[in-house]
Amino acid sequence: MNRQPSQPETRPETVGGDNTSTTPVAAHTPRSALGRTGLSRGALNVAFQAGAFLVALVITTLVLLVAGAPPFAAYGEIVRGAVGSLQSLADVTVAWVPLVVCTFGLLVTFAAGLWNIGVEGQIMLGAVFATLVLRLLQDTNAPAWLALTLAISAAMVGGGLWAVLAGVLKAFGGVNEIFGGLGLNYVATALSLWLIFGPWKRPGVGSMSGTEPFPEQLWLPQFSGLRLSPWGLGLAVLAVVIVGVALSRTYFGLKLKAVGRNMRAAFLLGIPTWQYVLAAFLVCGLMAGLAGGIQVTAVYHRLIPSISSGYGFLGLLVAMLVRYRALWAAPVALFYAALNIGSIQLPIVLKLDSSLAGVLQGVLVLCVILAEGARQRLLHRPVSELPAPQEPGRGAPEHATPVEDAL
Amino acid sequence: MTGEAILAGLSGVLAASGPLVFAAIGETISERAGVINLSANGVIVLSAMGSFAVGVATGSLLLGFLTGLLIGALVALVVAFGNITLRQSQVALGFVLALVCRDLAYFLGNPFMGASGPRLSSLPIPGLSRIPVVGQLFFAHNLLTYLSFLLVPVAWYFIFRTRQGLVLRAVGERPAAAFARGANVNRLRYLYTVLGGALVGLAGPMFSLSMKAGWKGTISGLDGIGWIALAITIFGAWSPLKVALGAYLFGLLQWLGVVLQPHLSGIPSQVLQVAPFPLMILTLLLVNIGNAEWVERILAGLPPRIRPAAAGLLRATRVSPPGALGVPFERD
Repeated sequence: MNRQPSQPETRPETVGGDNTSTTPVAAHTPRSALGRTGLSRGALNVAFQAGAFLVALVITTLVLLVAGAPPFAAYGEIVRGAVGSLQSLADVTVAWVPLVVCTFGLLVTFAAGLWNIGVEGQIMLGAVFATLVLRLLQDTNAPAWLALTLAISAAMVGGGLWAVLAGVLKAFGGVNEIFGGLGLNYVATALSLWLIFGPWKRPGVGSMSGTEPFPEQLWLPQFSGLRLSPWGLGLAVLAVVIVGVALSRTYFGLKLKAVGRNMRAAFLLGIPTWQYVLAAFLVCGLMAGLAGGIQVTAVYHRLIPSISSGYGFLGLLVAMLVRYRALWAAPVALFYAALNIGSIQLPIVLKLDSSLAGVLQGVLVLCVILAEGARQRLLHRPVSELPAPQEPGRGAPEHATPVEDAL
Repeated sequence: MTGEAILAGLSGVLAASGPLVFAAIGETISERAGVINLSANGVIVLSAMGSFAVGVATGSLLLGFLTGLLIGALVALVVAFGNITLRQSQVALGFVLALVCRDLAYFLGNPFMGASGPRLSSLPIPGLSRIPVVGQLFFAHNLLTYLSFLLVPVAWYFIFRTRQGLVLRAVGERPAAAFARGANVNRLRYLYTVLGGALVGLAGPMFSLSMKAGWKGTISGLDGIGWIALAITIFGAWSPLKVALGAYLFGLLQWLGVVLQPHLSGIPSQVLQVAPFPLMILTLLLVNIGNAEWVERILAGLPPRIRPAAAGLLRATRVSPPGALGVPFERD
C-alpha cells in the first residue's frame, strides 16, 4: 500500500469512464506549494501513507491511555499473540483465509461501484448451506471427498443466492444495497440462530456452542497439531487468483469497472449494466459463500451462531484501506488477520477488551481515507484509481475534475 | 388484554420510539443539507456508553446527556471534514466510523460493565397527566421523551416554514443555485451535519441513562438501531412528520411482537426479533419501486383506464431523495 501504480498506462478502465476527455493526470505539473518543493510524487505518497499509519497508532495509543492500559504491553501482547509461535502463525493463516476470500469478492462489487454490506449474511448462508449438505450426507455412505465437495459447492450457491437477492432488490426494486444488505444480514443471523436452537439443535438442548460437530472424516484435512487446513488455504488462494485475474486481465473486469465508473456511459457503450451489477453481486456472494463453507468444513466443523466472525465487515475495511486495488489486498488482509488473532489474549493477560483490534483496524482506514483527501487537496488534483463507490441513490460521485489543471 | 394494559403499552411505545425519533430526525436534517452520515449505528452505541460513563463518574444526568450530544457532534464533524473539506466518499467515512465507534464503545466501556449509574426519572406534568387516556399517553413521561415530542413539529416547522429551512433544503437540492443566491453551501453543510449528528448522539443516553439504564457491552442490544434510523429517514421521505410516523410505527410493531409472542408459539423468537429488518427492506421496496424503469414500462403498457389509478398509487408511495444528496459541492 506504499506505492501507487503510475497512472495512465495502468488505467485501462478509462475506456468506459468519464475521464476520456481529460488529459491523463500525470501529464500536468502540480502548481501547489508542495509540488514545487521537488519531492517526487511517489515519495509524497509514501510519506502520506506512513503518516496516516503513524496517526492511527497515536490515536489508538491515546485510546489505550484513556482506558488506563499500558500501550506498549498491549501492542507487545498483540504481536506475541500473532507471531509468537507456530500455532499462532497457523491461526493467523486460518483467519486470513476467509478474510482474503471476502476481500477479493468485495473488490468485484466495489469495481462495479456497489457497497455490498450484505457480505456478512452471505458468509452465513454459505455456512448454512454447507452444514445442510453435510447433515444430509453424514449418515449415508457417500465418500467424504464427495460430501465435502458438494458441501463447499452448496456453500458457494448459498452465498451467491443471498447476494443476488440484494442485487435484485437494488437493480429492480430500487432498494439501496446498503440497507438491503444490512437487512439481509440480520435475517441470515436469525436463520442460523433458529436452525441452531430449532431443527438442528444438539440432542438434548440447543446452545450457543452450535450444532453437533460432524464426524472427523467429514473435516477438511488439517496439518497435524494445527488448526490450519491446507485444503482450505489452497481453495482460498485459487479463488483469490481467479478473481484477481478476472478483474485485471479480462473484458469482464474491464466492463465491470466501466459500469462502476459511470453506469450511464457504460450503458450507452452497449454494456448490459444490470446484468453486470447482478454478476458482481453473484461473484462476491460465491466468494463469501466459499468463506462460509471453509469455516464450516475446515475450522469449526459445525454451524455456530457467529460463523461469519465479522470477516465480511473486516473485508470491507481491507478493501477500503487498499483503495480497492487487488495487489495489496492479500498482504493487508494478512496484517488485519494478525491483529484479530493477536488481540484474542488481551482480555486474559491485560483485562482489556479484544475490540481494541477493531479500533486500530478502523482508525487506520479512517486515517488513510483522510490522508488521501489531504494529499489530493495539497497536490491540487484528485486521483481516482477507481471511482469511490456510488453514494446511495446517486450515480458515481462527481470527482472534481481539475479542468483548469488539465488545460 | 385490558384497556389499562393497552394504554400502558402504547404509552411505552411512545417513549421507546424517542431515541429513534431523535436519530432519524437528526439524520433527516443532515441529509436535507446533502450529507449522508452513515455513522449513526456506531454513534448511538458510543454515546450510550460515553454518557453512561460520565453519568457514573460525575453522578450528573445533565453532563451525561451533554456527553451524548458532544460525541454525536464530534463524529459528524469528522464526516463533514472528510467529505466537505477533503472530498472523500461519505459512505466510506460513515461506514468506517460506524464500526470504529462501536468497537471503541466496547473497548472503553469494559470497566463500566454492569455498573449502576443515574437514571432519568419520569416527570408527569401536573394537571395534564390526570386527563384520562391522553394524560397517560402523552404527559406521563420523562423530560427527553417530551423533547422528542416537541422535536417533531419544531423540525418540521424549521425545515418547511422558515427562511433558514428553505436555504437548508436548497443546499441539499440545488447547491449551485443556493450558492448563487448567497448561501455559503459548505459552511451550512458543516453546520447541519454537526447539528444532525448531535441529535443522533442524544439517542444513546436515552437508552443508557433512561430506558435500558446501564452498560452491558455487546449485549446492550443497541447494535442495529442506528441502521433502522437511517432506513426510517428514507421511509419518511426526509420529512420530520413522516419520519416520526415511521419511528412510532416501528416502535408499535416491536411492542406488538413482544405482546403477541405467547400467542404465536409456532414462530420462533429469533424470527420475531429480526422481523423489523425484512420489514425495513419491504418498506424501502415499497417507497422506491415506483422509481424503477421497468415499473414505468409496465405502467405505460397498462390499459388507459387503469393507468392513472396505478400511477397515482405509485406516486403516493414513492419518495425521492434530496437532489444533491451525497454529491460534494464545489464552486466554479
